Amino acid sequence: MPTFLQEARLKRQVVQDLLFRNLTRLAAFAVLALLAAIIASLVVGSMPAIHAFGFGFLTSSVWDPVKDEYGALIPIVGTLVTSGIALLIAIPVSFGIAIFLTELSPNWLRRPLGIAVELLAGIPSIIYGMWGLFVFAPLFGDYVEPWINNHIGKMPFIGPFFSGPPMGIGMLTAGIILAIMVIPFIASVMRDVFDVVPAMLKESAYGLGSTTWEVMWNVVLPYTRIGVVGGIMLGLGRALGETMAVTFVIGNANQLNKSLFMPGNSIASALANEFNEAVGTLYTSSLIELGLILFFITFVVLSLARLLLLKMAQREGHGA
Amino acid sequence: MTAEQIISAPKVIVRDLNFYYGADRALKDINLVIPEKMVTAFIGPSGCGKSTLLRTFNRMYELYPKQRATGEILLDGENLLDKKQDLNTLRAKIGMVFQKPTPFPMSIYDNITFGVKLYERLSSHEMDDRVEWALKKAALWNEVKDKLNQSGTGLSGGQQQRLCIARAIAVKPQVLLLDEPTSALDPISTAHIEKLIDELKKDFTIVIVTHNMQQAARVSDFTAYMYLGDLIEFGDTSTVFTNPKRKETEDYITGRFG
Repeated sequence: MPTFLQEARLKRQVVQDLLFRNLTRLAAFAVLALLAAIIASLVVGSMPAIHAFGFGFLTSSVWDPVKDEYGALIPIVGTLVTSGIALLIAIPVSFGIAIFLTELSPNWLRRPLGIAVELLAGIPSIIYGMWGLFVFAPLFGDYVEPWINNHIGKMPFIGPFFSGPPMGIGMLTAGIILAIMVIPFIASVMRDVFDVVPAMLKESAYGLGSTTWEVMWNVVLPYTRIGVVGGIMLGLGRALGETMAVTFVIGNANQLNKSLFMPGNSIASALANEFNEAVGTLYTSSLIELGLILFFITFVVLSLARLLLLKMAQREGHGA
Repeated sequence: MTAEQIISAPKVIVRDLNFYYGADRALKDINLVIPEKMVTAFIGPSGCGKSTLLRTFNRMYELYPKQRATGEILLDGENLLDKKQDLNTLRAKIGMVFQKPTPFPMSIYDNITFGVKLYERLSSHEMDDRVEWALKKAALWNEVKDKLNQSGTGLSGGQQQRLCIARAIAVKPQVLLLDEPTSALDPISTAHIEKLIDELKKDFTIVIVTHNMQQAARVSDFTAYMYLGDLIEFGDTSTVFTNPKRKETEDYITGRFG
C-alpha cells in the first residue's frame, strides 16, 4: 500500500515537472515569437513605402503629405542628434553621481540621494515634456542660449552649431531634457555595479597610493565595464525611443539645420504627431517604415555595444 | 636574536596605538618595534586585531567612516598617523598584499606599471626594466614573460598573488604588509609565497598577518601574539614558539585554545 502511494506521487511529480518545463519553454519562445511578429508586421506595413522610395527614403529630406512624397532623413538625424546630446551630457553626470554615491557620500546622505535618483527615473515622461516646455525652455531661451550665442557661437568650427535664434525649444533643448530623463537610469545602474566591486580590489589600488579618481577610472570602471556599457545602452534605448517629452520641446519642424537651436523632428515624435492624421496608404506606410528604421537603429546600437565589449575582452587577452 | 638587535635597526615604531570602530576599542595601547629587513608576524585568534593593526600602517581604515586611530606609528622617525602626512606618499612607501589575489582588470604588464606610473615618469625602456625586475623579484617572470599583454585575471590563484606582490614591490616601497597572503591558496602556491617572503626580506621590511601558526614559525623572525586587541607577547619567533613568557601565548601556540 505505501509503495503504491509513493508510486502515484512520483508519477504526479513527473507530470508536474513536465508541465512546468514546457510552460517555461513556452514563455521563453513567446518572446522570440513576439519579436518576429513585430518585425514582420513592420516590414509588411512599410512595403508600399519601400517599393515607392527604395533607399532614397533614407537620404531624402522631403516630407510632403500634399504631394505624397516622403523621406526619413530629418527624423533620423533628429533622433540620433538628440540622443547623442543626451548621452554626452548624461554619461559624465551619471558617472559623477555614481562615484559620489558609492565612494564619497557620507552614510546618512547615501540612501536619500539614492532614492531621489530612483524617483527621478519614475517620473512619467509627459511631466518632463510639460516642465521642459513651460519652465525649462523659456529660461533656456532667455538666459542660456544668448550666452551660448555670444561665447561658443563665435568659435570656429563648432560655432555654427551653437548659434541661432534663442527660441528655447529645438534640438539642443530636446537633447538636454532627454539627458535629464536618462541620467537616473544610467546613474543607478552605474551605482549598482560599482557597489559590487570587491572592497579588496579597491583597497589594493588605494594601497598603491591612488587617488579616488584613479581608483574609479583605472580599476573600478574597467572592472565594471560590461555593466556600465549596459547602463548606457539602457539610457540610449530610452533616449532613442522617447516620444512625449521630445515632442513637447523639439519643435516638430521638418527642417534640417546646422544650428542646434533650431527646431527639428525625431522619429518617435513624428510618429506620435502624424499617425492620427495620416491618410492614404503611402503616408501610413512611410510612417511605419520610420518605425522600422527606429527599430533597426536600436538593434544596430545594441549590436555595436556587444561588439565593443567583445573587442575590449579580446584586447585584454581573454581570447574570443 | 636579542632585544638589542631589534632596537639597533627599528624600521617602524608603534607607540600607544589605540584603534576604534565607532565606539568599539579594537586595539589597546599597542607598543611595538618592527625591525628593518626582517619578517615580523602577527598571530592570534580571529578578531584579535591583527589585521586591524596591519591596516593602521598604511591608514587603509581611513577609507571607512567612523574608524580612527590614536597614538603614533613612526616610520624612520616620521609619524604616519600625523594628519599632515600625505596619504599617497605614505602608501608609496608601504605596500600591501591582501587575503585574496586582487589583480586589476588589465594586462599583466599594466598591473605592474599601475603603481609605478603614479609616482615616477619612466621611459618605456626603463618601465620595461622595472616590470622585469618586479616580476623576477616576485618569482613570476619565467611564467609570464611571454604573455605580459594578457590579462592578469587569467593567471592561476598563486600566480595572481605573486603578481600582486610584484605590483606592490614595483613602486619600491620600504615596508611590505601581507594580510594573510596565502589564505586563499593551495599548499604548493603557499610554499611558493613563503619561499618568496624569505627572499624579499633582503630588500624589504615585511609584516605578515597569518592565522597559520606553522607559517608564522616558518617565515618570520619576530612574532607578535595578540588577543582581543591586546599585544600579549612580542619577541623573536623561536623564543615565542619554544619558550613563551606568557601562559596565554603558550596555550594558543600549543593549540589548547584558539
